[in-house]
Amino acid sequence: MTEVSAQRRERGLRQRLTQPARRGEDSPLKRALIHAALITAAIIVLYPVLRVVSTSLRPDQAVTSTSLALIPEGATIDAYSRVIFETNFTNWVFNSLMVTFGVATLGLIFAAVSAYGFSRYKFRGRNSGLTFLFATQLIPGVMLLVPIFIIYVQAGLVNTYPGLMLAYAVTAIPFSIWILKGYYDTIPFDLEEAAKIDGCTEFQAFYRVLLPLSVPALAIVYLLNFLAAWGEYFFARILVGGNEALLTWPLGMARFQAQFSTQWADLSAAAIMVSVPIVFLFVYISKYLVSGLTLGGVKG
Amino acid sequence: MFDFEQAWIAFTDVASSLLIIVLAIVAMEAVLYLALMARKSERSTFIAAVLGPIAAAAAYLLLSLESITLDGLTSLPSDTWIALGVIAGAVVVLEAAIYFFRTRRRTTNARLALPAMLLAPAIAGVGILYVYPLLYELNLSFTKMSAINFVDPGLLGLTWEGTILEPFGAERDIFVGLDNYVNVFTRPILQQAGFWQIFLQTIIWTVVCIFFHVTLGVALALMLNRKMRGRTIYRAILILPWAIPVFISLQIWRTEFNFQFGAVNQLLGLIGIDPIPWMADPTWNFAAMIITNVWLGVPFMMVITLGGLQAISSDYYEAAEIDGASGRQQLTRITLPLLRPVLVPAVLLGVFLTFNNIMVPFFINQNSWESSEILVTALYRAAFEDNRFGFSAAFAFVIFLILLAFTLWYVRATNVLKGAYES
Repeated sequence: MTEVSAQRRERGLRQRLTQPARRGEDSPLKRALIHAALITAAIIVLYPVLRVVSTSLRPDQAVTSTSLALIPEGATIDAYSRVIFETNFTNWVFNSLMVTFGVATLGLIFAAVSAYGFSRYKFRGRNSGLTFLFATQLIPGVMLLVPIFIIYVQAGLVNTYPGLMLAYAVTAIPFSIWILKGYYDTIPFDLEEAAKIDGCTEFQAFYRVLLPLSVPALAIVYLLNFLAAWGEYFFARILVGGNEALLTWPLGMARFQAQFSTQWADLSAAAIMVSVPIVFLFVYISKYLVSGLTLGGVKG
Repeated sequence: MFDFEQAWIAFTDVASSLLIIVLAIVAMEAVLYLALMARKSERSTFIAAVLGPIAAAAAYLLLSLESITLDGLTSLPSDTWIALGVIAGAVVVLEAAIYFFRTRRRTTNARLALPAMLLAPAIAGVGILYVYPLLYELNLSFTKMSAINFVDPGLLGLTWEGTILEPFGAERDIFVGLDNYVNVFTRPILQQAGFWQIFLQTIIWTVVCIFFHVTLGVALALMLNRKMRGRTIYRAILILPWAIPVFISLQIWRTEFNFQFGAVNQLLGLIGIDPIPWMADPTWNFAAMIITNVWLGVPFMMVITLGGLQAISSDYYEAAEIDGASGRQQLTRITLPLLRPVLVPAVLLGVFLTFNNIMVPFFINQNSWESSEILVTALYRAAFEDNRFGFSAAFAFVIFLILLAFTLWYVRATNVLKGAYES
């Protein structure tokens, strides 16, 4: 006993802080520093967001405040009810929902089947097709907006929803095919071969074997397309901005800001209402996003 | 509060266009099936033959409907019904022709048949939606089409004027050849800023942002990749900038960079720094853009790096520890090299997203400083604020070529696409 306690007394404070308590762990000092860094990062991330929440709860419409308190005095949710009941906010959100569901569905329809073709069959032009799909990711959206605008004006698709949906589908379809093909590639062909030996036709092998296995990927692609189209501003502004009734939520909020630029509480309330569902959705799928995004680019 | 009528219109618009597209695909696939795969007396042949005309007719019907109500159905002009019949009949004739032609010629390449059918919708869709506008834009770049000259641009200088193919009437001579491309490089794109200035701004913007994205993202991921208390909470919080809709984040940051009320200047005041004119000064505006984009982009890199880190087996670290490697050695010899396959595509993606990021510079640049413009925002302004369509088409292709050149170089230098073709 005496030997052990003598050793312990020799270990100074400094050593206890910088050496790990157990093998393979971090020293207490290191752990404290890491937590400090992470807390700092978390504050930098959270502070602007919390300010918006607190502004939305203000009884007056002021954005200035001397107090840095997060729950303002006299906090009310009046701003929320004002935005919901006295503006077209609910319609804007509904419009956005319609368009994004439409785009996501379109993307899935086109991509689920074609990605299967790319993944399971070798044919002339497959590689050039894949290169083309990859190249489409290079093109900035604005670049396509110019001809799309002119073509849609001439086709009468401007200020209509089918026009906006098709415009979003332009980038959604190649992207979806690329992601799904990468996913199908990771599913071994053996399962479908087994099914075919048992008497399935090609289509049945696709429908009964591969599709059920790819439901998570299909869901992710659906959600990715959904999220991409949800907050999009520029295509919407150019293609439906002229029609008051068809505004999606970013356009509506921009319009609202232009008119009521000093009603900070209302603006903040609208911002919170739009963001919260998306944040929850996002946090839920963020686990799957990584694998989805690196598919097709990295092997193994 | 909620305009139900408008909502119904929105819903039916979207639903009917989806339905039309699906029906068009069905019709196309039916015809293709007969052309490529059908056998003479199979049930599927019969189904395809019948389905084709029905789908085509239904699609046309939906297209001509003014509103999805019974009223809309009955108020169709009689021409529509005639046209319906014509279309259905045409599809039947087409199918019969294909079918007889095919059964006489025996076989088409059976191995191509199924991929062709699988890919046909995507090829048609991408062709119509993507390739056609691109070609249109190429053609556009050779004209001086603008808001004033809003006429049919013709095709490479040929117009329809005076021919039977005169849909919109090209009234003025707007073909200018390669002038637009020359002007992109030699004349100002915005009021004063020329191509090279904006290009340089874009490069600085991209490099600085990516630098911070990667360093901060990897650092945060390294910190999070261990058993620690509150790990899930940290991770959930740190994802927020990625999760919040970008439009909202930009409104937030715009407010926070406000000279008087913004949190940034208030916090700077707390530590004794004078308020910075984020919006009023061009240089500080550029810095504000970068700060905002770093805030937005770090979570993406962090999440990807975390995924990559978790794929690194702990055996490596254990072996290194036994061999006496220090923490830093483990980092540089094990972690970073093994992260490379994950980071390289992520950086490529990040470069693209940053280079083409139109939202951040557009919204943070409240006073429209030309020094805060990047290539894509300049393109947007040239096209839709100055309405110089021909010019911006040429500009767009120049940007595309830059991106293409970069990608080719990057892919070759890092071998990042090796996996995509092998699988």
